[in-house]
Amino acid sequence: MNPANYLVLSGLLFAIGSVGVLVRRNAIVVFMCVELMLNAVNLTLVTFSRIQGNLEGQVIAFFVMVVAAAEVVIGLAIILTIFRTRKSASVDDVNLLKY
Amino acid sequence: MDPHLLAAAAPITSTSGGEALTFWIIAPIAVLGALGMVVAKNAVHGALLLVANLFCVAVCYLLNDAPFLGFVQIVVYTGAIMVLFLFVLMLIGVDSTESLVETLRGQRLAATVLGLGFAGLLVFPLGKVIKGQPATGVADVNKAGGGNIHAIARLLFTEYVFAFEAVSALLVIAAVGAMILGHRERAEKPSQKETLRRRVASGAVLTPMPGPGVYASVDSADQRPVLPGETSGLVGGTPTLPGGGDAGPRGGEPDADGEGGTGPSSAPGGGTGPSAVAEDTAPVGAGKGSGL
Repeated sequence: MNPANYLVLSGLLFAIGSVGVLVRRNAIVVFMCVELMLNAVNLTLVTFSRIQGNLEGQVIAFFVMVVAAAEVVIGLAIILTIFRTRKSASVDDVNLLKY
Repeated sequence: MDPHLLAAAAPITSTSGGEALTFWIIAPIAVLGALGMVVAKNAVHGALLLVANLFCVAVCYLLNDAPFLGFVQIVVYTGAIMVLFLFVLMLIGVDSTESLVETLRGQRLAATVLGLGFAGLLVFPLGKVIKGQPATGVADVNKAGGGNIHAIARLLFTEYVFAFEAVSALLVIAAVGAMILGHRERAEKPSQKETLRRRVASGAVLTPMPGPGVYASVDSADQRPVLPGETSGLVGGTPTLPGGGDAGPRGGEPDADGEGGTGPSSAPGGGTGPSAVAEDTAPVGAGKGSGL
């Protein structure tokens, strides 16, 4: 098996995640799809790290993970705040960015 | 990279059979988990499928000689982040089903077609380009650095130390931001002391209501009994005993009770004491409580 198979897998996961972002209406599910895409990119970085034979890719994947963790915290807090004011977690209802 | 090193490292064009087997088991599960997350009606099911998918990706990291990232993936992603997601899902309400109405017509179909095209675009050219490329493999670098974790730590704290510091600042900012976003101003609720002070200031009667019959002047069965709220004029202070002549409107004249509020002011009940200021404007039975 060629290590490029991991790249194929991560490409598939990224595409699935992007379709999810486009299709779903629930803000949390959209957010989970974004996480899926981030993970796909991480897998690509790790695979390229292996293909290239150095560890930079893994370090950057680590940074992506940290940033993703921070992003999840803030994003979920925002979703929660929106839900409190609008009583809805649907991205269609948040079309004013106010109130 | 030094060409000597490249030559020395055995290029990997195909991996071991065990890895291939693991990959072909793990990869379909990952793809199915991702697809399931996208199509799942229930968001909690989606979250659990995403956990499965992330776990598969973690296994892929392990297969790629990245044990540190693999375990960080399991601990941080499938552990912490997905639990956070589930927390928020439960807070928001699991039953918040999304409407199936498309706000943009044909969006779902278009998104699916575009996604398929995108997948093809990502997978086919990439696969073709990479196909013949030999992979160096990161095992030697790991070994040279004294293990994967040591090697990553060395990179992290030397070359990438600035990024590391920036990311740590980012984490602190994120924590503070989440606190600010999640903080809700508590509705101003008066304390017990405040409530008491207001009650005294309003002039309401603070003593409990006397029991039934306290103001009774007649002991006869044909008289209507005095109910707890019906003392009208006798507000506050010690109730005067019947017969004192100041028991006010009562007994055979319930109508006088109807003006309970006016009782104290118009006919100052002798024994009512100084606190006869109850503002009792409510109708008969109901408002009498405050008249007390």
